[in-house]
Amino acid sequence: MSNSPRERLSVLRTRFSQGGGVNDAALLLVTMLALWVLFAAVGMYLQYDTAGVLGTVVNMTFLVAVYALAVLALNLQWGYAGLFNIGVAGFMAVGAYSVGILSGDPGGTPAGFGLPLPIGILGAMLIAALVGLVAAFPALRLRADYLAIATVAMSEIIRTTLLARPFAEITGAGQGFRNFPSNPARTLYYENPGDVTSEPNAIGEAVFGVFESLGVARTNLVVDLTYALLLLVIVGIVYVLSRRTGNSPFGRVLKAIREDELVAESLGKDTRLFKIKIFMLGCALMGLAGALWQGLGNQSVNPTTNFLPVLTFYIFIALIVGGSGSNTGSVLGGAVFAALLFLLPTYISNIVSTFNLTLPRPNSAVEAVTPLFSADPMPLVGFVVANIDSMRFIIIGVLLVWLMQNRPDGLLGHRKEVASSVDLMQRDRKRGQTAATDGGRSQGGESDE
Amino acid sequence: MSDTEERQAAPDGTDADHEEPGTADSAVEEAAKSTPRGIPLRVQNLRKEFGGITAVADASFHVEAGSLTGLIGPNGAGKSTTFNCIAGVHRPTAGKVYFQGEDITGLRPEQVANKGLVRTFQIAREMEDMTVLENMMLAPRGQVGESLAYSVLPGLRDQVVTQEEDLRERAWETLEFFEIDHLAGDYAGSLSGGQRKLLEMARVLMTDPEMVLLDEPLAGVNPTLEKKLLERVHELRDQGLTFLLVEHDMDIIMNHCEHIIVMHQGKVLAEGGAEDIRNDDRVIDAYLGETL
Repeated sequence: MSNSPRERLSVLRTRFSQGGGVNDAALLLVTMLALWVLFAAVGMYLQYDTAGVLGTVVNMTFLVAVYALAVLALNLQWGYAGLFNIGVAGFMAVGAYSVGILSGDPGGTPAGFGLPLPIGILGAMLIAALVGLVAAFPALRLRADYLAIATVAMSEIIRTTLLARPFAEITGAGQGFRNFPSNPARTLYYENPGDVTSEPNAIGEAVFGVFESLGVARTNLVVDLTYALLLLVIVGIVYVLSRRTGNSPFGRVLKAIREDELVAESLGKDTRLFKIKIFMLGCALMGLAGALWQGLGNQSVNPTTNFLPVLTFYIFIALIVGGSGSNTGSVLGGAVFAALLFLLPTYISNIVSTFNLTLPRPNSAVEAVTPLFSADPMPLVGFVVANIDSMRFIIIGVLLVWLMQNRPDGLLGHRKEVASSVDLMQRDRKRGQTAATDGGRSQGGESDE
Repeated sequence: MSDTEERQAAPDGTDADHEEPGTADSAVEEAAKSTPRGIPLRVQNLRKEFGGITAVADASFHVEAGSLTGLIGPNGAGKSTTFNCIAGVHRPTAGKVYFQGEDITGLRPEQVANKGLVRTFQIAREMEDMTVLENMMLAPRGQVGESLAYSVLPGLRDQVVTQEEDLRERAWETLEFFEIDHLAGDYAGSLSGGQRKLLEMARVLMTDPEMVLLDEPLAGVNPTLEKKLLERVHELRDQGLTFLLVEHDMDIIMNHCEHIIVMHQGKVLAEGGAEDIRNDDRVIDAYLGETL
C-alpha cells in the first residue's frame, strides 16, 4: 500500500512517465525558458527599457500559448484520426464571436448577453463543436477529401456570414466586433474591469506596486503578463487531457482510423462515431483557442483581417514543424512557429540596423536579384531585411519544403507515442498474486491530477 | 438455383414476415436458433450484382460449428464477393446471411464484427505506424476506454487502466501462441509478409470471435510460416472456434478442410468432404476448364 507521500509520489511518477511524460514536460519547459531568455536578450540588445523587454517577452508568450492551443486541437483531428480539417480559422471565429456575444456587455454595440465568462467560454466551445458537427456530419461518412472541402467551405461561409450586413446588429459585420468581456487577468486587478478608467482593486494595487518598483509602470503590461501566464496554464491542462485522449483505447481507435479505416471497422469499431466525437472535440478546442486569442486576448476582431484561411495554414505549418501525431510536438511546433518563425523575424531589421551596415535598399525584387549575377548578394540581403514582414512567409515556405524532404515527421514526429493507458512493454507476469501493488495503483490513481 | 441446394438446408425464413415459411427445414432453423453453435453461418440465395455483372448468383451454403470449412473456386468464381457480403463490406443485392440464427444481411462491417464474426484480409492490413502490441490492443471488443470520458476523467480512468492491464496480458499470451512475442514492440510496418499474417490472425483472436473468416491467409507466406499458421488454425479449431477459409490453392483446402464448398461463376457448384469434391465431375470440369 502506498500510504507514505514518497511512495505515492513514485507511483505518480511511474504513471506519468509512461510514454515519456516527464521528459516531454521537461522538454517543453526548457523550450519555453529558452524562448524567454532569447526574447529578453533581443529586447535588451535593442536597448529597450525594462517594460519594453518585458513587453517583448509577454507578447511572445501570448502568441506561443494561443498557437499551442490551436495546434493541439488540430493534432487531435489530423494527427490522431487523420481528419483533414482546413477550416480551423472558421471554428476559431465561431469561438471568438460566441464568447463575445454570450458574455459581452448588454449595453455595448453589438449587444452581448452579459453571461458570466465561464459560461461564455464553455458556450463558445459548445457552439464551435456543434458547428463542427454540422460541417462534418455529411462529410465524415464520405472520403477524406470531401471533409477537407466541406471544412474549408464552412470556414469561408462563417467568415462571410460574420461580414454580412443583415447580421450587423449581432456581429458588427464589416465594423468588426469589439464588445468582448474583459479578460480574467483584468478582472483580477480592477474594481470595474469593463471600464478603461477603472481604479485597480486591492490585489491590483499590490501587484502593480511590485512591478512599479521594478520599473514597469504600465499596468496594461502587467495585465497582459498575467493573462499570458494564465494561457500557459490552460495550454498545460489541454496538453495533459490531449495526452490522455491519445494514450487511451479511444486514441488507439483514432490512430487505427488514420491508418486503415476498413480494418478498424472489421474489428468492430464504429469508426463514424469515433470520427464525429474527435472532430467535435477538436472544434471545441479550436473555439476555445479563438475565444482566448482573438476574443479575450485581442479584444477586437474583424472578419476582413482575422480568420482568413491563411491562419489555418499557419496552424498546419506549426503542427507539421512540431510533428503531427505528437502532443508534445504540437506544443513545441506551436512555440517554434509563433516565436521563431512568426515573431522573431520582425525584430531582425531593428537588430541589423544596430550594426551600422550600409545595406543597399533596392526598390523591387528585380533590383534585388539582378546583382546576384555579378556575385553581389548584398542588395538581396538588404531587400530581405527591409521587407522581412512579407519575406518571412517565403522563408517559412522554404523551410516547410525542406522539412517535408528531410524531416517529414517534424521535430518530434515518428517517435513511439504508444496509444495505451498502460505501458504495453512492461508485462506484469505475476498478475493476480500482487494484490498489494494493485491496491497501490488504484490509490495512486485517485490522487492523480 | 443450383442443384446443390438439395443437399443443404434450403431457404427458409427466420424472420416472421418471410413469404414462404419453411416446412421440413424449419426444424433445422429452430435447431440453429436454440443451439447457436450448431450452424453459426448460413448463406441463403446470396446475390450480388455490380452494375450489369452478377458476381454472386444465388449462392447458398452453411458452415458447421467448430469446423474448418474451405471456400474454393477458380478466379472470378465470386469467393471474395461472397466473403465481403458476409463481412458487411458489400450489401448483397438479394439473399440472406444468418449468423447464429440472427439475420445479419446488410449490416455494417463493425456490426458484423461485434456479433463475433471477424475477418482477416487477403493482403495483411496492419496499422503500420502502430506497434505490434498496439495492433493487438486495438482489437478487443467492449473496451471501456473507447469512451472518451472514461479515458480522460480521473475517477473513471482507473477502470480503463485495470482493463488495459488484463488485455495487455492476453495480448502477450496470444503473441506467444503465435510465436511473434519477440516483435511486440516493433512497428507493424517493419514486419515481413508472413509475420504480418500471423499478427493479423493474432489480432483477430483478440476480439474473442465466435467465428473467423480467413481471406487467403496463406498467400505470400513462406512454407515454414505456412505450416505454423495452419497448425495454429487447427489448434484453435480443436478448441471450438469455427473457420471459413477462402483459398484458391486446391492442395491446402483438400488437406486441411473437413468441409469444402466449391464456387464457380457465382454459384455453389459442389459441397462436401475432400473425397467427394475430388471425385466430383463438375468440379473437375470447372477447374480443368480454368487451368488447362
